[in-house]
Amino acid sequence: MTTDLPVDLGMPLSSPGATGTTGVPRLADGTALTKKDFTSDQEVRWCPGCGDYAILAAVQGFLPELGLKRENIVFVSGIGCSSRFPYYLDTYGMHSIHGRAPAIATGLAATREDLSVWVVTGDGDALSIGGNHLIHALRRNVNLKILLFNNEIYGLTKGQYSPTSHVGQVTKSTPLGSLDTPFNPVSLALGAEASFVARTMDSDRQHLTSVLRAAAEHRGSALVEIYQNCPIFNDGVFDVLKDRTEAAARILHLTDGEEVSAGDNVVVRDDSGSLAVVPRADADPARIMRHDASAQDPSAAFALSRLDSPDLGHVPMGVFRNVQRPTYDDALREQISSARTNEITDADIDALLAGRDTWTVGTPAGS
Amino acid sequence: MSTKLVQKLDRVVIRFAGDSGDGMQLTGDRFTSQTALLGNDLSTLPNFPAEIRAPQGTLPGVSSFQLHFADHNVLTPGDAPDVLVAMNPAALKANLRDLPRGATIIVNTDEFTKRNLSKVGYAESPVDDGSLESYHVHPVALTSIAVEALASFTDLTRKEKERAKNMFALGLLSWLYTRPMDGTEAFLKAKFADKPVILEANLAALRAGFNYGETTEDFAVSYEVAPASMAAGTYRNVTGNVALSLGLVAAAHRAHLPLFLGSYPITPASDILHTLAGLKRYGVATMQAEDEIAGVGAALGASFGGALGVTTTSGPGLALKAETIGLAVSLELPLIVCDIQRGGPSTGLPTKTEQADLLQALFGRNGESPVAVVAPSTPADCFDIAVEAVRIATTYRTPVIVLSDGYLANGSEPWRLPRTAELPDISVEFATEPNATDDKGEPVFHPYLRDPETLARPWAIPGTPGLEHRVGGIEKADITGNISYDPDNHDHMTRLRQAKIDGIADTIAPLEVDDPAGDADVLVLGWGSTFGPISAAVRLARNAGARVAQAHLRHLNPFPANTGEVLRRYERVIVPEMNLGQLALLLRARYLVDIESHTSVRGLPFQAGELADVIATAVASLGDAHLKETAQ
Ligand SMILES: Cc1ncc(C[n+]2csc(CCOP(=O)(O)OP(=O)(O)O)c2C)c(N)n1
Ligand code: SF4
Ligand SMILES: [Mg+2]
Repeated sequence: MTTDLPVDLGMPLSSPGATGTTGVPRLADGTALTKKDFTSDQEVRWCPGCGDYAILAAVQGFLPELGLKRENIVFVSGIGCSSRFPYYLDTYGMHSIHGRAPAIATGLAATREDLSVWVVTGDGDALSIGGNHLIHALRRNVNLKILLFNNEIYGLTKGQYSPTSHVGQVTKSTPLGSLDTPFNPVSLALGAEASFVARTMDSDRQHLTSVLRAAAEHRGSALVEIYQNCPIFNDGVFDVLKDRTEAAARILHLTDGEEVSAGDNVVVRDDSGSLAVVPRADADPARIMRHDASAQDPSAAFALSRLDSPDLGHVPMGVFRNVQRPTYDDALREQISSARTNEITDADIDALLAGRDTWTVGTPAGS
Repeated sequence: MSTKLVQKLDRVVIRFAGDSGDGMQLTGDRFTSQTALLGNDLSTLPNFPAEIRAPQGTLPGVSSFQLHFADHNVLTPGDAPDVLVAMNPAALKANLRDLPRGATIIVNTDEFTKRNLSKVGYAESPVDDGSLESYHVHPVALTSIAVEALASFTDLTRKEKERAKNMFALGLLSWLYTRPMDGTEAFLKAKFADKPVILEANLAALRAGFNYGETTEDFAVSYEVAPASMAAGTYRNVTGNVALSLGLVAAAHRAHLPLFLGSYPITPASDILHTLAGLKRYGVATMQAEDEIAGVGAALGASFGGALGVTTTSGPGLALKAETIGLAVSLELPLIVCDIQRGGPSTGLPTKTEQADLLQALFGRNGESPVAVVAPSTPADCFDIAVEAVRIATTYRTPVIVLSDGYLANGSEPWRLPRTAELPDISVEFATEPNATDDKGEPVFHPYLRDPETLARPWAIPGTPGLEHRVGGIEKADITGNISYDPDNHDHMTRLRQAKIDGIADTIAPLEVDDPAGDADVLVLGWGSTFGPISAAVRLARNAGARVAQAHLRHLNPFPANTGEVLRRYERVIVPEMNLGQLALLLRARYLVDIESHTSVRGLPFQAGELADVIATAVASLGDAHLKETAQ
């Protein structure tokens, strides 16, 4: 006997207004889950003070808000400290292999429209060994929510530099300082045609939650870079963003329709389209940038992503880009459902096997 | 009607050879189709360079297609061609050494120009200098006669007309071997439906070739090969790659699972991706991934979600997939990995055949990582092996590696169509309920609580309420599946995974031995695509009076349960392989039997004659008693 579970591939393309969770079964009206429902019985084994705890708490706290059936949520991760995440969530989960989670999640999302699929990855997992899968998942726009825990270090392997470590960073494998130019994950994602790109921080529960909400809402790939502190191997790299006064001066909050500013500074655009952070007093009001995450042209979002600097002088936070375009998984299902006219019968398969050129020897049994 | 002599033959081997751009694969394909429809048994061997267009007229650019057809059961594409069609000097030079004396050669003299001759190092045309004296040579100005026949096609350039020369050659050969051309005409009509002029030109060239044979004095005799007697049924001609694709679709249908293919193009496996990509109307989802790792990863993700995850590749791709296959071993999920082997190492010989990935399939992963391995023995068997692979994968929740190869992939043979309803019922049961209770008596789900018979774990797919669980590549505690670094648990789990794969042997057919007289002391044992050449060699050796037994392995891991017992029954066991003795190594280690390994890695299948000599020598070494009394 086979069960009647929803593994059927022939589902119609979601309507243009579809959200990230359209097609995923919801809880009955009046029922709700709690943070506890999303907490597994496994002991959490990150180092004390690790930023991953805060992210876990935020995610466990946020998931009930989606109103989805718990069994229809899946977390897929790679390898790294961050990638242990799925074990601590009481959903379906797969802790896979280093760098490959986006590829694995793509196969899952493509065949199961009824699942909300999340990827948890680290800066090494996503940008080094798994860089290829990440950019291809983004360009395909698979309906995946990718949470990239960026601690600018390899945590699990005990402190080698990562593709986001800054030039000159001294680590176990770079005793004289790192020589590599780092990736800016937001710039990379935008260059890879990502339809949703955001940045947030482990310690800002409220901001983190709002970004998760926007990502979940988005139909298509969502890349969320989360600055995460690793107190053991790269402690305090984001500290200046956690200090109230420093943060106010440095963090450029990206809020749709509003000026992009931090403290007394605003972002202005020059004639060539480049952005600069200048004191408000010196800014030509006509040139002050207002954020528009839904702009089809990613140039402004990209220019914003370039305002970063290694000293974290100015750091844009929030949703850089959030645009709608067809998703790979919807389109694949659409191709199948429009090619398919009926339930496949044995006779259909017989005809497929026969092809066009057959010949008959003797009298075949049964014909 | 022709008044020429018609002679009956029982078998013919033809090789079409030309430049890569001459359309020899198409010509061979069409001739094969015509032959299949006539009811001959047949076997084919396409052989082409890795380059799409190697420099024109050169030896590396030669592409050929060999077809063996007969009025009786055919086992191989034939050791040596009876007829060579050589479209240029390079094709002649590259293939001449395979021709036995007395063979027929049809050469396209138009291409035997000074320039083309010198490209391949002929100072003089071998057609004229007497060096082909021991062959029947038919010099035909194929190109110019074809162009002449298309004189009325004023819209076509000379170049375009020249391109129809392969159809002219096909027409001529169709006359020579009395093949009906309706199938090819219908094929051309479909192919050039929106190019009416090109269609008419091709049809005209085809018919002109046929008429040329009928009227020219150069061909005095034409031939007939009567239909073979084959088991009653409906047949089609099929290549291994198409049969494998169809087998996967049929098996998914029987398993009631959606089929998902994640694949990255690589010769000679790409045709499976192409074929399955065209079958969306059967619910087949295909994804051309960014690399082989993503292909198998997506397939595994689909399996996790309850689909039949499949990935297809060749040796270099299998190497890249190794880590993900290891993950599938740990997750204990069904996964089909098809390796269409080619010459290695590294890029090796992309378009040539080899069986040298056997050890990679068995052992090419870190840790103790057992998977099931099966291998088809003929192009049509690729269908059955696909169904068998799916049966094993879904029953035992394990990756299964299918080892086909370039020879099976592109070679073809008549296939008696199975009835879908009669294929094995391989429907799958997903877990829907908790399978245990915790210390408080509450129902719980243990993802690694096994079926006592198969040792398979439950397949609980996302979307099933109450069975939420996490899987991963870190060692899992027995039963609960939680992370465990416990030494005893790891030892136990490692042995369990091995025992599960070993247990597959309980459900596979015993190794069958073909030994008509039942008194042979020499066994020839093969695996995979060597079935045809070995069977043909055994037939030759038996005809020459040798007593020899034959057996063929389709399951390479685990082996059929009686394998050791079979091996020990014979005084000598010969294992021919297209590698340096990989199966022999396994058998020796496993059964402590002194296997005699006979190997060849020339990128081509074994020749039956060569193997027959090996067998004859082995039999003779055991003394006269081992030859049949009737033998001379
Ligand atoms: C194929 C493979 N190569 C290397 C490793 C070792 N390894 C495990 S995690 C890791 C880096 C993790 O860094 P990151 O992704 O930043 O995660 P973090 O631990 O910092 O959260 C490496 C190199 C591995 N597990 N698999
Ligand atoms: S090593 Fe760093 S990232 Fe890993 S768990 Fe410890 S603190 Fe967290
Ligand atoms: Mg890291």
